[in-house]
Amino acid sequence: MMKFTGKGVYGAIAIGKIAVFERQGMRVKRVPISDPAAEIERLEAAKAVALTQLGEIYEKALKEVGEANAQIFEIHSMMVEDEDYNDAIAEMIRSQSINAEYAVAMTGENFAEMFASMDDSYMQARAADVKDISNRIIACLANEQGTGELSDEKVILCADDLAPSETVSLDKDKILAFVTANGSANSHTAILARNMNIPAIIGLGEAFLGEVQNGVTAIADGFTGELIVDPDAETLTAYQKKQQEEIEKKLLLQKLNGKENITLDGTRINVFANIGSVDNIGAVLLNDAGGIGLFRSEFLYLEKTDYPTEEEQFRVYKKVLESMASKKVIIRTLDIGADKQADYFHLEKEENPALGLRAIRLCLKRPEIFRTQLRALYRASVYGNLGIMFPMVANEWELQEILALCEQVKEELTAENLPYADVELGIMIETPAAAIISDKLAPMVDFFSVGTNDLTQYTLACDRQNPQIEHFCDTHHEALLRLIEWSAKNAHANGAWIGICGELAADTTLTEAFLRMGIDELSVSPSFVLKVRDTIRKIDLRK
Amino acid sequence: MKTFEYTIKDELGIHARPAGLLAKTAKNYQSEITITKNGKSVVCTKLMALMGLGVKCGDTVTVTVNGADEDAAEAGIKAFLEANL
Repeated sequence: MMKFTGKGVYGAIAIGKIAVFERQGMRVKRVPISDPAAEIERLEAAKAVALTQLGEIYEKALKEVGEANAQIFEIHSMMVEDEDYNDAIAEMIRSQSINAEYAVAMTGENFAEMFASMDDSYMQARAADVKDISNRIIACLANEQGTGELSDEKVILCADDLAPSETVSLDKDKILAFVTANGSANSHTAILARNMNIPAIIGLGEAFLGEVQNGVTAIADGFTGELIVDPDAETLTAYQKKQQEEIEKKLLLQKLNGKENITLDGTRINVFANIGSVDNIGAVLLNDAGGIGLFRSEFLYLEKTDYPTEEEQFRVYKKVLESMASKKVIIRTLDIGADKQADYFHLEKEENPALGLRAIRLCLKRPEIFRTQLRALYRASVYGNLGIMFPMVANEWELQEILALCEQVKEELTAENLPYADVELGIMIETPAAAIISDKLAPMVDFFSVGTNDLTQYTLACDRQNPQIEHFCDTHHEALLRLIEWSAKNAHANGAWIGICGELAADTTLTEAFLRMGIDELSVSPSFVLKVRDTIRKIDLRK
Repeated sequence: MKTFEYTIKDELGIHARPAGLLAKTAKNYQSEITITKNGKSVVCTKLMALMGLGVKCGDTVTVTVNGADEDAAEAGIKAFLEANL
């Protein structure tokens, strides 16, 4: 039995087998070698292992999903044996005297690039296959076990850290818990874990990865941040009991379903949910949220290898709106840049991406991307109760440009005879600038929604991805609360409503303070909805 | 050397699955079988190059067969294309 302690980011307990995450597109080092012939021999041996693995996967797929779907693995095998691909790798090893891993990685990149640049979206998607086989060969060269797929059993996934795109591509039904060496409570993985109602432990330190192995039983305690590897019988029983108690507590909260969100003195407040993809709608409805206060549209972009089309976006928005019936759905426009990137945007590397070209700035600089999204949103608006929210606004002129673009899109749709409905427009209050000039911004919008994660980071000059300064990143800082209060005052003075959609909205120690400021809506991860509602129903603002 | 033209009827063009099958079929013959589209030629046994040619539905390609068993190869490839593409 071994114990590691990190920081738990979602209070729940998972008991299951460990799976160590294998990086797709592993970081490969360029190492000079002296004997190219021996290196090529090593490569051939690794390829033989890769082919055996692919053969096994093919056989398994054949039984489970049929011949047509299994064929891709046969194609992967053929790609591994492809002449041009192999010639290029061998040539690179010989001419540059470099290690096989690096030659495979580079050649894989080059071939993937070839597919990615083709003018056919089907062929573009084949770039992923080339990367996949290259990673497989690299893993075989490194003698790593496993095949990159998660097993059929649900697992506790252990990784150094997970990039947003990696988290997105995981099969969520197979994950019991996330456990990572790095990361902070506001990292993407943590947010996702909250969305999925599963425990996540972060910041365990690199050392723990050397101590965990696939298939070993472990306990992930999201309350205490403890990971217990290979627990003894006594510990296991104790945790099974604790897990059961938690489940019962959750069931009790489910009883709140259908009850109004009203304080003891009669103040009504909306409790909405934050989601990142259509898959989370189930959790929204299950937790009886009053609407969706934040739909992060960037997942539409991160999942793809090219810009999602107007039609693709329209279908997703329509589905969300229809699923939520007449309940409010607030969709935030593209918030990409900084810690969330997609390759095809070809964003230049920035010294300081959190302060760089991201969110609304990117949209205003590349209006064609923005316009596509706005058109899709307005077209979908007839299918439900839509609000559109713009992230990272800091200037009045930005908002003016945004509103002008919205008008332009509406005119276009009218000219094309495409219907659209009335849409509430709002902005995120996540830059200190927006909060400070909220008196100027409020008359131009229907609502504000405070993004506390970024507002905290920008107000306190604390990088939220940096676990070393988490201690300084005081989310209850008076400066932050004053900015929220000031924004609420200005919203109400101008007939707008104000919500909070950042992580702080779920902090029940602040719920009463927020209500006293006049906050009209709190939007939290689906799993926190009931807890916040329960808290609201016990508050008395007369006291 | 034998040459014939063929127009692709499959909706997706020479996509991964038929490209894989074509490469496999081509390996059954001694002859070198090449496919040419817009002046660019690739040897059929090279899967990635074949996919990289980006042959779409409606494209006409030239197939060239050259080697000891070219009669059999021509017939075999023709039959394959008719059946799969």
